[in-house]
Amino acid sequence: MVESIIKKEVVVKIAGDSGDGIQLIGGQFTGSTYEVGNDLATFPDFPAEIRAPQGTQAGVSGFQIHFGSVEIETAGDDCDVLVALNAAALKINLKSLKPGGILIVDTNGFDSKNLKLAGYGTENPLDSIDRANYQFYGIAISDQTKRSVEQCAIDPKEKDRCKNMYILGVLYWLYERNMDSTIAFLNAKFGKQAGILEANVLALKAGYYFGETTEIFKARYEVKEAHLAKGDYRNITGNQAISLGLIAASHQLQKPLFFATYPITPASDILHELAKYKEIGVETVQAEDEIAAATMAIGAVFGGNLGVTCTSGPGMDLKAESISLAVSMEIPLVVIDVQRAGPSTGMPTKTEQADLMMAMYGRHGECPLPIIAAKSPSNCFEATLKACEIAFNFNTPVILLSDGYIANGSEPWLIPNVDEIDMRDTESKRANLKTFERDENMVRPYIPFGIAGKEYRIGGLEKDFVTGGISYDAQNHEKMILTREAKVNAVANFCNPLSIELGSENDEIAVIGWGSTYGSIRAAVKKLREEGHSVAHIHFTQLHPFPANTEKILKSFKKIIVPEMNRGQLVKLIREQFLIDAISYSKVQGYPSNNRKS
Amino acid sequence: MTAKDFVSDQEIRWCPGCGDFAVLKQVQNVLAKLNIPKHQYAFVSGIGCSSRFPYYLDTYGIHSIHGRATSLATGLKLSNPALSVWVITGDGDGLSIGGNHFIHLMRRNVDLKVLLFNNQVYGLTKGQYSPTSPLHTISKSSPLGSIDNPMNPLLVALASGASFIARTIDREAKHLQQMLLDVADHKGTALLEIYQNCHIFNDGAFDLYTDKQTKQESTIYLEDGKPMIFGLNKGIDIDNQVVRIIDIEKEGADKCLIHDIKNKEIANILVRLGEGEFSDFPKVFGLIYAEKREVYSFPEKTNITKSELKNILTKK
Ligand code: SF4
Repeated sequence: MVESIIKKEVVVKIAGDSGDGIQLIGGQFTGSTYEVGNDLATFPDFPAEIRAPQGTQAGVSGFQIHFGSVEIETAGDDCDVLVALNAAALKINLKSLKPGGILIVDTNGFDSKNLKLAGYGTENPLDSIDRANYQFYGIAISDQTKRSVEQCAIDPKEKDRCKNMYILGVLYWLYERNMDSTIAFLNAKFGKQAGILEANVLALKAGYYFGETTEIFKARYEVKEAHLAKGDYRNITGNQAISLGLIAASHQLQKPLFFATYPITPASDILHELAKYKEIGVETVQAEDEIAAATMAIGAVFGGNLGVTCTSGPGMDLKAESISLAVSMEIPLVVIDVQRAGPSTGMPTKTEQADLMMAMYGRHGECPLPIIAAKSPSNCFEATLKACEIAFNFNTPVILLSDGYIANGSEPWLIPNVDEIDMRDTESKRANLKTFERDENMVRPYIPFGIAGKEYRIGGLEKDFVTGGISYDAQNHEKMILTREAKVNAVANFCNPLSIELGSENDEIAVIGWGSTYGSIRAAVKKLREEGHSVAHIHFTQLHPFPANTEKILKSFKKIIVPEMNRGQLVKLIREQFLIDAISYSKVQGYPSNNRKS
Repeated sequence: MTAKDFVSDQEIRWCPGCGDFAVLKQVQNVLAKLNIPKHQYAFVSGIGCSSRFPYYLDTYGIHSIHGRATSLATGLKLSNPALSVWVITGDGDGLSIGGNHFIHLMRRNVDLKVLLFNNQVYGLTKGQYSPTSPLHTISKSSPLGSIDNPMNPLLVALASGASFIARTIDREAKHLQQMLLDVADHKGTALLEIYQNCHIFNDGAFDLYTDKQTKQESTIYLEDGKPMIFGLNKGIDIDNQVVRIIDIEKEGADKCLIHDIKNKEIANILVRLGEGEFSDFPKVFGLIYAEKREVYSFPEKTNITKSELKNILTKK
């Protein structure tokens, strides 16, 4: 019997060719980790090309999971276990394997062709692996997979494809997992294709029993259940959480959800998710382009719906004019931007948080609107509700920022009690106002079309403050600009005040972030605090306007550091609005910030 | 209701004598005739002279952004199917900057009424040639003559899968009104191209079709089930893609083709008469093509219930 070692937290990375089914086993391993009750965070990292050149570094697809019995903030930096299914995967990832870490490679992925494609030349890197530094396991995974599925009546290519299940089996054995849910998953997926189903199950089991019978591994590892707050959990990606947030908002507002979008990485999964709910009245439109999607959503707002459009950076460029129309007409429109690395097409599958300035200023004229940013996959749910709540309480378009990292990454989510979802709706207070009258927050009523006696015309031309008719009067124009601005600024008092995530106002330094860097900053600040440094962590989810107490809190610190995955955008807003000499720490490498360097 | 009920309090800012006035008047007449309560009408426009239209009608209206009336109206109609949604657009708005949405609206067949004001010029930006201006048009932006081949919106619509196409002209009040009634009747996207005179920047562009001297020989007004007759005892026959002018006196009226609004192949030729390879033939007005086709819409909606939400949130 091999010994069983208990670990508090582990980072596992599986890497191989993009055709190897890495994301699929990543998802399965995540599911089983979730079942064990660990806290976790995942980071799928794959090329933009659907079939990038096989065997090359460009074609490497990776899936990283960080799980533990302790609080897990990020998908982790360096890994404890690296599985490399070919030479290119090893070349890219070996540097992130911790000293003493477990390295499992498919030796079949290291023939001369693979070595050449990976850029190793003729020398096989496996010959020079530092076996004192790593626990190295070279397994002929492809060969063994083929042998294990020999009996199945499927073509050789299909047999070869089962190697991801073999490696998943090995990992399940290594972490003392149970194979049942993956077998159930395979049944559901391949139920109609008996041969493929049989082969996948056989390969999974073969991998598992390989661990059990060969005893080549020194130990098995157990990661105990994490003490998450009590409640019912599910594992969720950011894109799923946004989808559910929209459905919840639709229920809360008692307005049908109308979601118009154009497929774009990394936002498309929100469309895929929502399209499943047609039968309960969710309307999704795959529009002909980004502008059509935005304007259809605007049309739906006038139709009395929760109108939402969703995209990534390039689509935001195209939607700018429509958003500007929504600002001018003062209507509740929700715009979701799942950011990715730019400019232009940039790196579609890599993350970045560089659209903040665009969200703030990326439209012609004076065109302010509220901006919300989600900070983690599960927080996307709350952030979405917040965006919808602001849109309908202030009758204004709202931009919700997510990004590629939290869109595809996952973590356990405490499923909210439906009775406790809190969403204010102040529209009834404006029921007696005329179409162009305003309440004390300068908010005009929301009047969908089709109500008898309320017929009105509206558009993008400047409106007279009193009558709402077309006005080219200079004084009136300025008044309208200030009015729209005052309305947006009033959101500062509507939303939750800024709170300090870690530490207090008595600390010397504040590390301030927004969006998906939440986990990395939290982990880094936690470590610094444990080492005795006087550092606090503050994280913005409401970026415009800032919560009313922001200035007071920020000014209590001697030093403010703002790490961002951009060239310093939040830092500009802080400097501009509060005249604070905040220091920017910028990193734009298409990957989530890692706390080694921050 | 009378036409007057649809007059808004806004002062009309088109140039006096603009063809748009005639259309506005007929639309007001037609709205009053239809059995639809006023609050169920919505007019959506883009940008351009004609796009001011919604301001002058006492219904719900949106004056949106350039080229996007079609897509905005799509969202409005899909989200509130009870509304009768009309799109007001022009040759620049609908065919140039909004060309993409135009095509996709036709193929989807959303239940919208589209009035395309074609004046073959950019009026609001003061006189540049447009996508429907004939080749060699002298304009502010083409002082030596335009080198862009014009597009035929009805042909594009047909190719995109339009389920209803018709053409009329601002000066023929009765015909315009009849076409608007037909448009209102159709289930699906109904496209009505309206030749509209911009007497400031492109005066007389359609005189050929309205001038007493030339009108008879240069136009043919189609009616479903009736022979295609025009001018002085002339008719049209289309056989195997070949178009021929019939001399009724010599050949007899029975040689003229009977107009069938369901015949797409013939419609394909009809929309091109009077231009290009078919310049020798009269321009076609009337309802050219109509079919009953599935309308792009969503199942009737109810709000998401608490138990539905609970199920969705807890599904693992
Ligand atoms: S410019 Fe032409 S189209 Fe525009 S309002 Fe004047 S006459 Fe009409």
